[in-house]
Amino acid sequence: MASPSLIPAGDFRTSYAADTTIFPTRTSRNFAIAGVLLLCLAPQFFSEYWLSILIQIGIFAIAALGLNILVGFTGQISIGHAAFFLFGAFTSAYISNNAPIPVFFAIPLAGVITALVGLIFGIPAARLKGLYLVIATLAAQYILLDFFSRAEWFSGGSVPASAEPFSIFGYTLRGDRQYFYVVLAYVLISYVLVTNLLRTRDGRALVAIRDHYLSAEIMGINLTKYRTLSFALAAFYAGIAGALYAHYQQVVSQEGFGIERSVLFLAMIIIGGTGSIMGTLMGTAFVVLLPESMEWISLRMKGGIIDQALSLNTNITFLREIAIGVIIIAFLMFEPDGLAHRWRQIKAYWKLYPFSH
Amino acid sequence: MAQSLEVRGVSLRFGGVRALTDVSFAINEGELFSIIGPNGAGKTSMVNCISGRYHPTEGQLFYKGRDITGLTPNARASLGIGRTFQNLALFHHMSVLDNIMVGRHHLLKNNFLTGSLYWLTGARREELQHRHKVEEIIDFLDLQSVRKATAGTLPYGLRKRVELARAMALEPSLILLDEPMAGMNFEEKEDMARYVVDLNEEFGMTVVMIEHDMGVVMDISHRVMVLDFGRKIAEGDPSAVLADPHVRRAYLGEEDEVLVDPDDVPAATESAA
Repeated sequence: MASPSLIPAGDFRTSYAADTTIFPTRTSRNFAIAGVLLLCLAPQFFSEYWLSILIQIGIFAIAALGLNILVGFTGQISIGHAAFFLFGAFTSAYISNNAPIPVFFAIPLAGVITALVGLIFGIPAARLKGLYLVIATLAAQYILLDFFSRAEWFSGGSVPASAEPFSIFGYTLRGDRQYFYVVLAYVLISYVLVTNLLRTRDGRALVAIRDHYLSAEIMGINLTKYRTLSFALAAFYAGIAGALYAHYQQVVSQEGFGIERSVLFLAMIIIGGTGSIMGTLMGTAFVVLLPESMEWISLRMKGGIIDQALSLNTNITFLREIAIGVIIIAFLMFEPDGLAHRWRQIKAYWKLYPFSH
Repeated sequence: MAQSLEVRGVSLRFGGVRALTDVSFAINEGELFSIIGPNGAGKTSMVNCISGRYHPTEGQLFYKGRDITGLTPNARASLGIGRTFQNLALFHHMSVLDNIMVGRHHLLKNNFLTGSLYWLTGARREELQHRHKVEEIIDFLDLQSVRKATAGTLPYGLRKRVELARAMALEPSLILLDEPMAGMNFEEKEDMARYVVDLNEEFGMTVVMIEHDMGVVMDISHRVMVLDFGRKIAEGDPSAVLADPHVRRAYLGEEDEVLVDPDDVPAATESAA
């Protein structure tokens, strides 16, 4: 099997600058650009339904990216990510409703405010590890959710808060076809920013802490500072994603953002590959598409031979839930390094095909 | 000669265990100083006190005349104290290049904001400048062929070298080497000894080395300190220390026939180590 550190034949680099590019080869860069251009055409060809799924993938992929900074790159853990997501959503809705700030600026501002809240919850996290940290972030989840249900001025209490539609210089974007581009832009920007982060000083410091925190400290890295920073960064991207979600749905409610959503965010990065940026995107797409494809299969099965033979009738919907669970368990057992690892294996296989042995 | 490090009456206790008892010594700028002693003598504890892993129960440490006793390890790294570990402590999932770049953490100025904006803030230019420095170290330690390899996949001897490269990248003025030659074969030891001498002579670093191979210690160190049960039992010129009866009893083992020629010693100590 080809080692991932091997450089393909003919790929010569004559300067250090050429050696620090995001994409390893020109072909892979061109493919990525072509992919983005194709996505720009998506609103022309996709139905509203599929566009809404793409938008969901985009929004959750930003939040999952934040979680991957924390879990995959810094080696911390958080099961309170959904609360930060929700905090960003409420904050952006609140700002755009109550202050003369357009939605265009409210989204990044909500990200920054969520990052500050993440900083507060990150302070104890800098001193805790493993199971204790899990409990501390669990506390963050419940504290924030409790805050949302009590602070009616902020979240509307039991009534969902309304959020204004996205507008830019007086022009309001309406519908999925236009909002799609907003999400696409945010996904691109955040993925590029995090890629840059990881090839510079502070990103390396985070990974160093994950791999060996004692020697990271000896190398001059301030552990407390960087562990807290990683919480703030995770919260920042969760806040951005939440804000995007708020202005997409135009209502924000706590519904569906409990602990199970936090676990789902973790599932996204575990399935995609912890510590892999592209894996985050793949994992998010997988987790969002899984219920959709299961829905499709169960609809096809309805009234079919299997349905009649097992007399499933209405239980067919439960079959879907079971299948999702089984697939996630299978992933953890057979592909613990995630989709990103599988993708690298496939690439390595084709690179040497048909002489892979 | 100016003093690089002064250790004044350092004691280190873990509950009832006395790891170090009232150890004092001073290292001059540009010196190659070795710490030897039997297993469990407190050598690594001493280095941990200097690098900031442990804080001494009593006593003080001065680096270039400044009291560093209360400083954190990362603050000491920024002052120019680098070290390697006895049991490898590389960042296993990072490439060799990134491992060494981590060593330049305190010399780089970009942060999470300027780093994320890479092209706009000059972070790219800064990273590339430092890449040049890192490549110099890679050339010096002959690591060119593995610079893109993941550190965790390398064989032991190479990992030791990567760790030395990482410590060098800090551009320390005092470098602490904890058993740089442990578990190496003769040729690897010879290479490593050469690197250590070059660190000292070419790069002008003050070197503190813990090593069990008496041949190497006697050959390259300027001064030697011997620890036994956490106490300093001898310090001085290598040959003088070797002749010291306390040292022979504690570490080298007494024989009827007293060995004075340092070249004969390695065979006797290698089995002991």
